[in-house]
Amino acid sequence: MNPALSIIIVEKDRDRALLIVDSLRAAGDHLIHVIADETGLARKIAERNPDVVLIDVTSPSRDMLEELTLASGPMDRPVAMFVDRSDPGLTKAAIEAGVSAYVVDGLRADRVKPILDAAIARFHMFQRMRTELATTKRALEERKVIDRAKGILMKAKRLTEEEAYALLRKAAMDQGRKVADVAEALVTAAGLLA
Amino acid sequence: MTTLNVGFIALVDAAPLIVAHELGFAAEEGLALSLTRAPSWSTLRDMLAVGQIEAAHMLAPVPVATALGVGGVATRIDALSVLSVNGTMIGVSNGLAERLRGLGYAFDFADATVAGKALIAAAAGLLRIGVPFPFSMHAELIHYWLAALGQPAPGISIHTVPPPLMAQALAAGEIDGFCVGEPWGSVAVETGVGALLLPGSAIWAFAPEKVLAVRTDWAADQPDLTARLIRSVWRAGRWLDDAGNHITGAEILARPAYLDVAAEIIERALTGRFVVSDRGEERQAEPFIAFHHGAAGFPWRSQAAWIGTQLAGRLGLDPDTAATAARAVFRSDLYRQALRGAGADLPGASEKAEGAVSGHLAVASESGKLFLRPDRFFDGRVFDPLSARR
Repeated sequence: MNPALSIIIVEKDRDRALLIVDSLRAAGDHLIHVIADETGLARKIAERNPDVVLIDVTSPSRDMLEELTLASGPMDRPVAMFVDRSDPGLTKAAIEAGVSAYVVDGLRADRVKPILDAAIARFHMFQRMRTELATTKRALEERKVIDRAKGILMKAKRLTEEEAYALLRKAAMDQGRKVADVAEALVTAAGLLA
Repeated sequence: MTTLNVGFIALVDAAPLIVAHELGFAAEEGLALSLTRAPSWSTLRDMLAVGQIEAAHMLAPVPVATALGVGGVATRIDALSVLSVNGTMIGVSNGLAERLRGLGYAFDFADATVAGKALIAAAAGLLRIGVPFPFSMHAELIHYWLAALGQPAPGISIHTVPPPLMAQALAAGEIDGFCVGEPWGSVAVETGVGALLLPGSAIWAFAPEKVLAVRTDWAADQPDLTARLIRSVWRAGRWLDDAGNHITGAEILARPAYLDVAAEIIERALTGRFVVSDRGEERQAEPFIAFHHGAAGFPWRSQAAWIGTQLAGRLGLDPDTAATAARAVFRSDLYRQALRGAGADLPGASEKAEGAVSGHLAVASESGKLFLRPDRFFDGRVFDPLSARR
Protein backbone atom coordinates (compact mmCIF):
# COMPACT_ATOMS: atom_id res chain seq x y z
CA MET A 1 0.00 0.00 0.00
CA ASN A 2 1.44 3.36 -0.98
CA PRO A 3 1.57 6.03 1.70
CA ALA A 4 -1.05 8.76 1.31
CA LEU A 5 -0.03 11.76 -0.76
CA SER A 6 -0.41 15.27 0.55
CA ILE A 7 -2.29 17.44 -1.91
CA ILE A 8 -2.93 21.20 -1.85
CA ILE A 9 -5.79 22.70 -3.82
CA VAL A 10 -5.54 26.44 -4.47
CA GLU A 11 -9.12 27.63 -4.94
CA LYS A 12 -10.89 30.78 -3.74
CA ASP A 13 -14.43 29.54 -4.33
CA ARG A 14 -15.48 27.33 -1.41
CA ASP A 15 -18.09 25.33 -3.33
CA ARG A 16 -15.70 24.57 -6.14
CA ALA A 17 -13.00 23.59 -3.66
CA LEU A 18 -15.35 21.14 -1.96
CA LEU A 19 -16.28 19.56 -5.28
CA ILE A 20 -12.61 19.07 -6.13
CA VAL A 21 -11.91 17.57 -2.70
CA ASP A 22 -14.79 15.12 -3.19
CA SER A 23 -13.51 13.98 -6.56
CA LEU A 24 -9.97 13.48 -5.19
CA ARG A 25 -11.25 11.52 -2.18
CA ALA A 26 -12.87 9.16 -4.65
CA ALA A 27 -9.49 8.74 -6.36
CA GLY A 28 -7.67 7.57 -3.24
CA ASP A 29 -7.01 8.15 0.43
CA HIS A 30 -5.00 11.37 0.41
CA LEU A 31 -4.32 14.25 2.77
CA ILE A 32 -6.01 17.22 1.14
CA HIS A 33 -5.64 20.84 2.13
CA VAL A 34 -7.37 23.82 0.50
CA ILE A 35 -5.76 27.28 0.32
CA ALA A 36 -8.40 29.94 -0.38
CA ASP A 37 -6.40 33.10 0.34
CA GLU A 38 -3.71 33.52 -2.30
CA THR A 39 -1.71 36.09 -0.33
CA GLY A 40 1.86 34.84 0.08
CA LEU A 41 0.93 31.70 -1.80
CA ALA A 42 4.44 30.41 -2.48
CA ARG A 43 5.39 30.72 1.20
CA LYS A 44 2.22 28.97 2.39
CA ILE A 45 2.79 26.07 0.04
CA ALA A 46 6.47 25.76 0.95
CA GLU A 47 5.47 25.57 4.63
CA ARG A 48 3.12 22.65 4.00
CA ASN A 49 5.62 20.83 1.81
CA PRO A 50 3.01 18.96 -0.28
CA ASP A 51 3.52 16.24 -2.89
CA VAL A 52 1.05 17.72 -5.35
CA VAL A 53 -0.44 21.20 -5.87
CA LEU A 54 -3.51 21.74 -8.06
CA ILE A 55 -4.46 25.22 -9.29
CA ASP A 56 -6.93 26.67 -11.79
CA VAL A 57 -5.05 27.79 -14.91
CA THR A 58 -7.14 30.96 -15.04
CA SER A 59 -5.82 32.11 -11.65
CA PRO A 60 -3.28 34.96 -12.06
CA SER A 61 -1.67 33.72 -8.83
CA ARG A 62 -0.49 30.63 -10.65
CA ASP A 63 2.74 32.45 -11.54
CA MET A 64 3.62 32.50 -7.83
CA LEU A 65 3.92 28.71 -7.99
CA GLU A 66 6.52 28.87 -10.75
CA GLU A 67 8.86 30.25 -8.10
CA LEU A 68 8.75 26.85 -6.38
CA THR A 69 10.24 25.18 -9.44
CA LEU A 70 13.42 27.12 -8.69
CA ALA A 71 13.56 26.20 -4.99
CA SER A 72 17.20 25.64 -4.27
CA GLY A 73 17.66 25.75 -0.51
CA PRO A 74 19.08 22.60 1.15
CA MET A 75 15.73 21.83 2.81
CA ASP A 76 13.66 22.46 -0.30
CA ARG A 77 12.16 19.68 -2.31
CA PRO A 78 12.34 20.55 -5.98
CA VAL A 79 8.95 20.96 -7.55
CA ALA A 80 8.24 20.48 -11.20
CA MET A 81 5.28 21.01 -13.39
CA PHE A 82 3.58 17.75 -14.10
CA VAL A 83 4.32 18.39 -17.75
CA ASP A 84 7.93 17.37 -17.18
CA ARG A 85 7.22 13.82 -16.23
CA SER A 86 4.06 12.71 -17.93
CA ASP A 87 2.83 11.91 -21.37
CA PRO A 88 2.15 15.11 -23.32
CA GLY A 89 -1.45 14.03 -23.94
CA LEU A 90 -2.32 14.19 -20.25
CA THR A 91 -0.71 17.60 -19.85
CA LYS A 92 -2.65 18.93 -22.81
CA ALA A 93 -5.87 17.49 -21.41
CA ALA A 94 -5.21 19.18 -18.07
CA ILE A 95 -4.47 22.60 -19.59
CA GLU A 96 -7.54 22.36 -21.81
CA ALA A 97 -9.70 21.41 -18.86
CA GLY A 98 -8.29 24.39 -16.97
CA VAL A 99 -6.23 22.77 -14.23
CA SER A 100 -2.52 22.82 -13.66
CA ALA A 101 -0.59 20.43 -11.42
CA TYR A 102 2.76 20.84 -9.73
CA VAL A 103 4.38 17.75 -8.22
CA VAL A 104 7.56 17.15 -6.25
CA ASP A 105 10.50 15.66 -8.00
CA GLY A 106 10.70 11.89 -7.92
CA LEU A 107 7.01 11.19 -7.48
CA ARG A 108 6.06 8.38 -9.85
CA ALA A 109 3.77 9.33 -12.72
CA ASP A 110 1.42 6.39 -12.05
CA ARG A 111 0.78 7.73 -8.55
CA VAL A 112 -0.14 11.19 -9.82
CA LYS A 113 -2.20 10.11 -12.82
CA PRO A 114 -5.38 9.06 -10.95
CA ILE A 115 -5.35 12.37 -9.08
CA LEU A 116 -4.92 14.38 -12.24
CA ASP A 117 -7.58 12.32 -14.07
CA ALA A 118 -10.07 13.07 -11.30
CA ALA A 119 -9.17 16.78 -11.30
CA ILE A 120 -9.45 17.00 -15.09
CA ALA A 121 -12.93 15.49 -15.05
CA ARG A 122 -14.01 17.93 -12.34
CA PHE A 123 -12.58 20.97 -14.13
CA HIS A 124 -14.32 19.96 -17.35
CA MET A 125 -17.54 20.10 -15.41
CA PHE A 126 -16.65 23.58 -14.10
CA GLN A 127 -16.00 24.75 -17.63
CA ARG A 128 -19.37 23.46 -18.80
CA MET A 129 -21.04 25.22 -15.89
CA ARG A 130 -19.22 28.43 -16.68
CA THR A 131 -20.25 28.30 -20.36
CA GLU A 132 -23.87 27.54 -19.41
CA LEU A 133 -23.94 30.38 -16.95
CA ALA A 134 -22.48 32.86 -19.44
CA THR A 135 -24.96 31.79 -22.12
CA THR A 136 -27.93 32.07 -19.78
CA LYS A 137 -26.79 35.46 -18.54
CA ARG A 138 -26.39 36.76 -22.08
CA ALA A 139 -29.80 35.44 -23.10
CA LEU A 140 -31.42 37.14 -20.12
CA GLU A 141 -29.71 40.44 -20.87
CA GLU A 142 -30.74 40.27 -24.51
CA ARG A 143 -34.32 39.53 -23.56
CA LYS A 144 -34.33 42.52 -21.21
CA VAL A 145 -33.05 44.95 -23.84
CA ILE A 146 -35.50 43.61 -26.46
CA ASP A 147 -38.36 44.15 -23.98
CA ARG A 148 -37.25 47.74 -23.43
CA ALA A 149 -36.97 48.36 -27.18
CA LYS A 150 -40.44 46.91 -27.70
CA GLY A 151 -41.76 49.23 -25.00
CA ILE A 152 -40.20 52.25 -26.69
CA LEU A 153 -41.72 51.33 -30.06
CA MET A 154 -45.14 50.58 -28.58
CA LYS A 155 -45.22 54.00 -26.95
CA ALA A 156 -43.73 56.03 -29.81
CA LYS A 157 -45.62 54.40 -32.67
CA ARG A 158 -48.69 53.18 -30.77
CA LEU A 159 -48.05 49.54 -31.70
CA THR A 160 -49.06 46.32 -30.05
CA GLU A 161 -46.31 44.23 -28.51
CA GLU A 162 -46.44 41.80 -31.42
CA GLU A 163 -46.21 44.59 -33.99
CA ALA A 164 -43.28 46.15 -32.14
CA TYR A 165 -41.38 42.86 -32.16
CA ALA A 166 -42.17 42.32 -35.86
CA LEU A 167 -40.76 45.76 -36.62
CA LEU A 168 -37.57 45.04 -34.71
CA ARG A 169 -37.18 41.71 -36.47
CA LYS A 170 -37.70 43.26 -39.88
CA ALA A 171 -35.11 46.00 -39.17
CA ALA A 172 -32.66 43.34 -38.02
CA MET A 173 -33.21 41.24 -41.15
CA ASP A 174 -32.90 44.24 -43.47
CA GLN A 175 -29.59 45.21 -41.88
CA GLY A 176 -28.27 41.69 -41.44
CA ARG A 177 -27.96 42.19 -37.68
CA LYS A 178 -29.22 40.42 -34.59
CA VAL A 179 -32.54 41.53 -33.10
CA ALA A 180 -30.76 42.14 -29.81
CA ASP A 181 -28.24 44.46 -31.50
CA VAL A 182 -30.96 46.52 -33.16
CA ALA A 183 -32.84 46.69 -29.85
CA GLU A 184 -29.66 47.80 -28.08
CA ALA A 185 -29.10 50.58 -30.64
CA LEU A 186 -32.69 51.74 -30.28
CA VAL A 187 -32.51 51.80 -26.49
CA THR A 188 -29.24 53.79 -26.60
CA ALA A 189 -30.63 56.26 -29.13
CA ALA A 190 -33.86 56.67 -27.17
CA GLY A 191 -31.79 57.33 -24.05
CA LEU A 192 -29.91 60.11 -25.84
CA LEU A 193 -33.11 61.70 -27.19
CA ALA A 194 -34.97 61.48 -23.90
CA MET B 1 -6.77 34.99 -44.96
CA THR B 2 -5.09 32.66 -42.47
CA THR B 3 -6.17 32.84 -38.84
CA LEU B 4 -3.44 32.69 -36.20
CA ASN B 5 -4.28 32.32 -32.52
CA VAL B 6 -2.11 34.67 -30.48
CA GLY B 7 -1.94 35.07 -26.70
CA PHE B 8 -0.95 38.16 -24.74
CA ILE B 9 -0.80 39.52 -21.18
CA ALA B 10 -2.51 42.84 -20.37
CA LEU B 11 0.52 45.14 -20.61
CA VAL B 12 1.48 48.17 -22.70
CA ASP B 13 4.19 46.11 -24.40
CA ALA B 14 1.58 43.77 -25.94
CA ALA B 15 0.89 46.77 -28.20
CA PRO B 16 2.61 45.50 -31.38
CA LEU B 17 0.32 42.45 -31.52
CA ILE B 18 -2.82 44.43 -30.67
CA VAL B 19 -1.99 47.19 -33.17
CA ALA B 20 -1.07 44.66 -35.88
CA HIS B 21 -4.59 43.30 -35.50
CA GLU B 22 -6.55 46.52 -34.94
CA LEU B 23 -4.89 48.64 -37.63
CA GLY B 24 -4.70 45.98 -40.32
CA PHE B 25 -0.93 45.39 -40.44
CA ALA B 26 -1.67 41.66 -40.06
CA ALA B 27 -4.43 41.79 -42.67
CA GLU B 28 -1.97 43.34 -45.14
CA GLU B 29 -0.01 40.10 -44.83
CA GLY B 30 -3.15 37.98 -45.19
CA LEU B 31 -3.25 37.15 -41.49
CA ALA B 32 -6.22 37.36 -39.15
CA LEU B 33 -4.94 37.47 -35.57
CA SER B 34 -7.31 35.97 -33.03
CA LEU B 35 -6.09 37.55 -29.78
CA THR B 36 -6.60 35.90 -26.39
CA ARG B 37 -5.74 37.62 -23.13
CA ALA B 38 -4.03 35.08 -20.85
CA PRO B 39 -4.41 35.17 -17.06
CA SER B 40 -0.74 34.50 -16.25
CA TRP B 41 2.67 34.02 -17.85
CA SER B 42 2.79 30.33 -16.94
CA THR B 43 -0.60 29.70 -18.51
CA LEU B 44 0.37 31.67 -21.63
CA ARG B 45 3.58 29.62 -21.94
CA ASP B 46 1.59 26.37 -21.53
CA MET B 47 -1.02 27.45 -24.11
CA LEU B 48 1.82 27.97 -26.57
CA ALA B 49 3.59 24.73 -25.62
CA VAL B 50 0.52 22.49 -26.00
CA GLY B 51 -0.58 24.17 -29.25
CA GLN B 52 -3.69 26.10 -28.16
CA ILE B 53 -2.10 29.18 -29.73
CA GLU B 54 0.48 29.65 -32.49
CA ALA B 55 2.26 32.74 -31.15
CA ALA B 56 2.61 34.62 -27.89
CA HIS B 57 3.71 37.89 -26.33
CA MET B 58 6.44 36.48 -24.07
CA LEU B 59 9.02 37.55 -21.50
CA ALA B 60 12.40 37.50 -23.25
CA PRO B 61 14.01 35.11 -20.68
CA VAL B 62 11.27 32.45 -21.03
CA PRO B 63 12.43 30.90 -24.33
CA VAL B 64 16.01 31.11 -23.03
CA ALA B 65 15.09 29.33 -19.78
CA THR B 66 13.26 26.68 -21.79
CA ALA B 67 16.39 26.10 -23.90
CA LEU B 68 18.37 25.70 -20.66
CA GLY B 69 15.91 23.03 -19.47
CA VAL B 70 14.63 25.12 -16.53
CA GLY B 71 11.62 26.82 -18.10
CA GLY B 72 8.91 24.45 -16.87
CA VAL B 73 8.00 22.97 -20.25
CA ALA B 74 9.92 20.61 -22.51
CA THR B 75 8.61 22.09 -25.77
CA ARG B 76 11.21 24.27 -27.49
CA ILE B 77 10.20 27.90 -27.95
CA ASP B 78 11.94 30.45 -30.17
CA ALA B 79 11.92 34.26 -30.21
CA LEU B 80 11.19 35.52 -33.75
CA SER B 81 11.67 39.18 -32.86
CA VAL B 82 11.91 41.55 -29.92
CA LEU B 83 8.46 43.10 -29.40
CA SER B 84 9.72 45.84 -27.08
CA VAL B 85 12.90 47.21 -25.54
CA ASN B 86 12.67 48.46 -21.92
CA GLY B 87 9.25 49.52 -20.60
CA THR B 88 9.52 48.30 -17.00
CA MET B 89 9.13 50.46 -13.91
CA ILE B 90 10.73 50.16 -10.49
CA GLY B 91 8.69 51.50 -7.60
CA VAL B 92 8.52 51.46 -3.82
CA SER B 93 5.88 51.59 -1.11
CA ASN B 94 4.85 55.00 0.27
CA GLY B 95 6.58 54.18 3.54
CA LEU B 96 9.86 53.42 1.82
CA ALA B 97 9.49 56.52 -0.39
CA GLU B 98 9.10 58.59 2.77
CA ARG B 99 12.29 57.11 4.29
CA LEU B 100 14.13 57.77 0.99
CA ARG B 101 13.05 61.42 1.12
CA GLY B 102 14.17 61.55 4.74
CA LEU B 103 17.64 60.46 3.62
CA GLY B 104 17.69 63.34 1.14
CA TYR B 105 17.17 61.24 -1.96
CA ALA B 106 15.96 63.48 -4.81
CA PHE B 107 14.07 60.91 -6.95
CA ASP B 108 16.06 61.87 -10.04
CA PHE B 109 14.48 58.98 -12.01
CA ALA B 110 17.82 58.36 -13.78
CA ASP B 111 20.85 57.36 -11.68
CA ALA B 112 20.56 53.69 -10.70
CA THR B 113 23.69 53.76 -8.53
CA VAL B 114 22.45 56.60 -6.33
CA ALA B 115 18.92 55.16 -6.25
CA GLY B 116 20.15 51.66 -5.36
CA LYS B 117 22.42 52.85 -2.54
CA ALA B 118 19.66 55.06 -1.13
CA LEU B 119 17.18 52.19 -1.37
CA ILE B 120 19.44 49.75 0.47
CA ALA B 121 20.09 52.34 3.18
CA ALA B 122 16.40 53.23 3.54
CA ALA B 123 15.28 49.59 3.59
CA ALA B 124 17.43 48.96 6.68
CA GLY B 125 17.77 45.24 6.10
CA LEU B 126 14.28 44.33 4.91
CA LEU B 127 13.63 44.70 1.20
CA ARG B 128 11.17 42.42 -0.55
CA ILE B 129 10.85 43.17 -4.26
CA GLY B 130 8.01 41.86 -6.40
CA VAL B 131 8.61 40.80 -10.01
CA PRO B 132 6.01 39.27 -12.35
CA PHE B 133 7.76 35.96 -13.08
CA PRO B 134 10.92 34.06 -12.05
CA PHE B 135 12.09 34.14 -15.69
CA SER B 136 11.68 37.80 -16.63
CA MET B 137 13.81 40.78 -17.55
CA HIS B 138 12.40 42.36 -14.35
CA ALA B 139 14.02 39.64 -12.24
CA GLU B 140 17.25 39.87 -14.27
CA LEU B 141 17.47 43.66 -13.90
CA ILE B 142 16.85 43.57 -10.14
CA HIS B 143 19.37 40.74 -9.61
CA TYR B 144 21.95 42.55 -11.75
CA TRP B 145 21.33 45.89 -10.01
CA LEU B 146 21.58 44.56 -6.47
CA ALA B 147 24.57 42.31 -7.25
CA ALA B 148 26.50 45.22 -8.78
CA LEU B 149 25.82 47.23 -5.62
CA GLY B 150 27.29 44.47 -3.50
CA GLN B 151 24.03 42.82 -2.52
CA PRO B 152 22.11 40.60 -1.94
CA ALA B 153 22.44 40.80 1.79
CA PRO B 154 20.20 38.75 4.06
CA GLY B 155 16.80 40.42 4.26
CA ILE B 156 16.73 41.29 0.55
CA SER B 157 14.50 38.95 -1.41
CA ILE B 158 12.69 38.76 -4.74
CA HIS B 159 9.12 37.44 -4.97
CA THR B 160 6.76 36.59 -7.80
CA VAL B 161 3.62 38.77 -7.89
CA PRO B 162 1.27 38.92 -10.92
CA PRO B 163 1.35 42.46 -12.46
CA PRO B 164 -2.31 43.40 -11.89
CA LEU B 165 -1.88 42.39 -8.21
CA MET B 166 1.35 44.35 -7.69
CA ALA B 167 -0.33 47.49 -6.27
CA GLN B 168 -2.45 45.32 -3.99
CA ALA B 169 0.59 43.41 -2.69
CA LEU B 170 2.34 46.71 -2.00
CA ALA B 171 -0.71 48.04 -0.14
CA ALA B 172 -0.95 44.82 1.90
CA GLY B 173 2.70 45.12 2.94
CA GLU B 174 3.68 41.81 1.32
CA ILE B 175 6.38 43.58 -0.71
CA ASP B 176 8.32 46.82 -0.22
CA GLY B 177 9.05 47.51 -3.88
CA PHE B 178 8.50 46.15 -7.36
CA CYS B 179 9.71 45.99 -10.91
CA VAL B 180 6.75 45.66 -13.27
CA GLY B 181 5.67 46.48 -16.80
CA GLU B 182 3.44 49.50 -17.39
CA PRO B 183 0.67 50.40 -16.79
CA TRP B 184 0.92 48.55 -13.46
CA GLY B 185 3.60 50.81 -11.94
CA SER B 186 1.50 53.91 -12.71
CA VAL B 187 -1.57 52.10 -11.37
CA ALA B 188 0.26 51.81 -8.01
CA VAL B 189 0.77 55.60 -8.06
CA GLU B 190 -2.83 56.29 -9.11
CA THR B 191 -4.22 54.10 -6.34
CA GLY B 192 -2.02 55.95 -3.85
CA VAL B 193 -0.01 52.96 -2.63
CA GLY B 194 3.43 53.61 -4.09
CA ALA B 195 5.94 55.90 -5.77
CA LEU B 196 8.05 55.34 -8.88
CA LEU B 197 11.81 55.21 -8.42
CA LEU B 198 13.41 54.36 -11.76
CA PRO B 199 12.54 53.19 -15.25
CA GLY B 200 14.16 49.80 -15.94
CA SER B 201 16.26 51.50 -18.64
CA ALA B 202 18.27 53.18 -15.84
CA ILE B 203 19.78 49.74 -15.12
CA TRP B 204 20.23 48.55 -18.69
CA ALA B 205 19.54 51.17 -21.36
CA PHE B 206 18.55 48.66 -24.07
CA ALA B 207 17.08 45.59 -22.40
CA PRO B 208 15.06 43.22 -24.62
CA GLU B 209 11.80 43.05 -22.67
CA LYS B 210 9.19 41.01 -24.56
CA VAL B 211 9.60 38.78 -27.59
CA LEU B 212 7.35 37.33 -30.25
CA ALA B 213 7.43 33.64 -29.28
CA VAL B 214 6.45 30.56 -31.30
CA ARG B 215 7.19 26.85 -31.03
CA THR B 216 10.49 26.01 -32.74
CA ASP B 217 8.84 23.24 -34.77
CA TRP B 218 6.00 25.55 -35.86
CA ALA B 219 8.51 28.08 -37.24
CA ALA B 220 10.22 25.23 -39.11
CA ASP B 221 6.94 23.85 -40.51
CA GLN B 222 5.42 27.24 -41.40
CA PRO B 223 8.21 29.42 -42.85
CA ASP B 224 5.75 31.53 -44.85
CA LEU B 225 3.39 32.25 -41.93
CA THR B 226 6.41 32.93 -39.73
CA ALA B 227 7.72 35.58 -42.13
CA ARG B 228 4.28 37.19 -42.53
CA LEU B 229 3.85 37.35 -38.75
CA ILE B 230 7.30 38.95 -38.27
CA ARG B 231 6.51 41.59 -40.92
CA SER B 232 3.05 42.39 -39.47
CA VAL B 233 4.50 42.96 -36.03
CA TRP B 234 7.45 44.96 -37.38
CA ARG B 235 5.08 47.37 -39.16
CA ALA B 236 2.97 47.71 -36.01
CA GLY B 237 6.13 48.54 -34.01
CA ARG B 238 7.12 51.21 -36.52
CA TRP B 239 3.65 52.76 -36.23
CA LEU B 240 3.83 52.70 -32.41
CA ASP B 241 7.18 54.49 -32.25
CA ASP B 242 5.80 57.44 -34.23
CA ALA B 243 5.04 60.10 -31.59
CA GLY B 244 2.00 61.23 -33.59
CA ASN B 245 0.34 57.88 -32.89
CA HIS B 246 0.71 57.76 -29.11
CA ILE B 247 -2.78 59.01 -28.31
CA THR B 248 -4.45 56.64 -30.76
CA GLY B 249 -2.30 53.76 -29.53
CA ALA B 250 -3.25 54.42 -25.91
CA GLU B 251 -6.95 54.57 -26.81
CA ILE B 252 -6.78 51.19 -28.57
CA LEU B 253 -4.89 49.52 -25.71
CA ALA B 254 -7.34 50.93 -23.15
CA ARG B 255 -10.28 48.91 -24.54
CA PRO B 256 -11.87 46.38 -22.17
CA ALA B 257 -10.73 43.39 -24.24
CA TYR B 258 -7.08 44.49 -24.01
CA LEU B 259 -5.77 46.35 -20.93
CA ASP B 260 -9.03 47.73 -19.54
CA VAL B 261 -7.11 50.61 -17.90
CA ALA B 262 -7.68 54.35 -18.54
CA ALA B 263 -6.01 55.58 -21.75
CA GLU B 264 -4.52 58.52 -19.86
CA ILE B 265 -2.49 56.11 -17.67
CA ILE B 266 -1.41 53.98 -20.65
CA GLU B 267 -0.27 57.06 -22.55
CA ARG B 268 2.39 57.78 -19.91
CA ALA B 269 4.37 54.70 -20.99
CA LEU B 270 4.19 55.69 -24.67
CA THR B 271 5.22 59.33 -24.13
CA GLY B 272 7.61 58.66 -21.21
CA ARG B 273 5.97 61.39 -19.07
CA PHE B 274 5.16 59.91 -15.67
CA VAL B 275 3.49 61.00 -12.49
CA VAL B 276 5.85 59.40 -9.96
CA SER B 277 4.12 59.98 -6.61
CA ASP B 278 0.80 60.84 -5.05
CA ARG B 279 2.19 64.38 -4.61
CA GLY B 280 1.78 64.74 -8.37
CA GLU B 281 5.53 65.04 -9.08
CA GLU B 282 6.33 64.41 -12.75
CA ARG B 283 9.41 62.88 -14.35
CA GLN B 284 10.40 62.19 -17.93
CA ALA B 285 11.94 58.94 -19.15
CA GLU B 286 13.06 59.35 -22.73
CA PRO B 287 12.49 57.00 -24.34
CA PHE B 288 10.73 54.80 -21.79
CA ILE B 289 9.94 52.02 -24.25
CA ALA B 290 11.03 51.31 -27.83
CA PHE B 291 9.17 49.19 -30.36
CA HIS B 292 11.14 50.09 -33.46
CA HIS B 293 13.86 52.74 -33.22
CA GLY B 294 17.49 51.64 -32.95
CA ALA B 295 16.64 48.26 -34.51
CA ALA B 296 14.57 47.50 -31.39
CA GLY B 297 12.90 44.51 -33.04
CA PHE B 298 16.13 42.79 -34.00
CA PRO B 299 16.67 39.66 -31.86
CA TRP B 300 20.39 40.02 -31.14
CA ARG B 301 21.94 36.66 -30.30
CA SER B 302 24.14 38.50 -27.81
CA GLN B 303 21.03 39.63 -25.88
CA ALA B 304 20.01 35.97 -25.52
CA ALA B 305 23.57 35.04 -24.51
CA TRP B 306 23.49 37.69 -21.77
CA ILE B 307 20.21 36.32 -20.40
CA GLY B 308 21.52 32.74 -20.60
CA THR B 309 24.74 33.65 -18.79
CA GLN B 310 22.85 35.47 -16.02
CA LEU B 311 20.45 32.55 -15.49
CA ALA B 312 23.32 30.07 -15.49
CA GLY B 313 25.15 32.09 -12.85
CA ARG B 314 22.16 32.03 -10.52
CA LEU B 315 21.12 28.42 -11.10
CA GLY B 316 24.60 26.90 -11.05
CA LEU B 317 24.72 25.89 -14.73
CA ASP B 318 27.75 26.05 -17.01
CA PRO B 319 27.80 29.60 -18.45
CA ASP B 320 29.34 28.71 -21.81
CA THR B 321 26.88 25.91 -22.50
CA ALA B 322 24.03 28.19 -21.39
CA ALA B 323 25.17 31.05 -23.64
CA THR B 324 25.38 28.73 -26.64
CA ALA B 325 21.93 27.24 -26.01
CA ALA B 326 20.46 30.71 -25.43
CA ARG B 327 21.91 32.16 -28.62
CA ALA B 328 20.06 29.60 -30.76
CA VAL B 329 16.57 30.67 -29.60
CA PHE B 330 16.83 34.34 -30.69
CA ARG B 331 16.13 33.78 -34.38
CA SER B 332 17.97 36.66 -36.05
CA ASP B 333 18.18 34.36 -39.13
CA LEU B 334 14.39 34.17 -39.55
CA TYR B 335 14.03 37.88 -38.75
CA ARG B 336 16.46 38.77 -41.56
CA GLN B 337 14.75 36.47 -44.07
CA ALA B 338 11.34 37.95 -43.30
CA LEU B 339 12.33 41.62 -43.41
CA ARG B 340 14.86 41.70 -46.21
CA GLY B 341 13.07 43.61 -48.94
CA ALA B 342 10.37 44.92 -46.60
CA GLY B 343 12.14 48.24 -46.06
CA ALA B 344 13.72 47.34 -42.74
CA ASP B 345 17.29 48.36 -42.09
CA LEU B 346 19.00 45.26 -40.72
CA PRO B 347 22.32 45.30 -38.86
CA GLY B 348 25.22 43.57 -40.61
CA ALA B 349 26.10 41.51 -37.52
CA SER B 350 23.83 39.38 -35.32
CA GLU B 351 25.84 39.87 -32.14
CA LYS B 352 27.20 42.96 -30.45
CA ALA B 353 29.07 43.79 -27.28
CA GLU B 354 26.11 44.49 -24.96
CA GLY B 355 26.59 47.69 -22.99
CA ALA B 356 29.21 49.24 -25.28
CA VAL B 357 27.07 51.90 -27.00
CA SER B 358 26.83 55.18 -25.12
CA GLY B 359 25.63 57.60 -27.82
CA HIS B 360 23.72 57.07 -31.05
CA LEU B 361 26.14 54.82 -32.89
CA ALA B 362 26.17 54.32 -36.64
CA VAL B 363 26.90 50.71 -37.53
CA ALA B 364 27.11 48.82 -40.80
CA SER B 365 23.75 47.57 -41.96
CA GLU B 366 22.60 45.57 -44.96
CA SER B 367 21.60 48.75 -46.81
CA GLY B 368 24.23 51.15 -45.51
CA LYS B 369 24.09 52.65 -42.07
CA LEU B 370 21.89 52.05 -39.08
CA PHE B 371 21.84 54.03 -35.85
CA LEU B 372 21.94 52.03 -32.63
CA ARG B 373 20.72 53.57 -29.41
CA PRO B 374 22.66 53.68 -26.13
CA ASP B 375 22.70 50.25 -24.49
CA ARG B 376 24.83 50.86 -21.40
CA PHE B 377 24.55 49.02 -18.10
CA PHE B 378 24.41 51.43 -15.14
CA ASP B 379 27.71 50.12 -13.76
CA GLY B 380 29.51 50.54 -17.10
CA ARG B 381 30.24 46.84 -17.55
CA VAL B 382 30.30 45.45 -21.09
CA PHE B 383 29.12 41.94 -21.94
CA ASP B 384 31.29 40.62 -24.73
CA PRO B 385 29.53 37.67 -26.37
CA LEU B 386 32.82 36.37 -27.75
CA SER B 387 34.20 35.82 -24.27
CA ALA B 388 31.11 33.78 -23.44
CA ARG B 389 31.52 31.55 -26.48
CA ARG B 390 33.66 28.46 -26.53
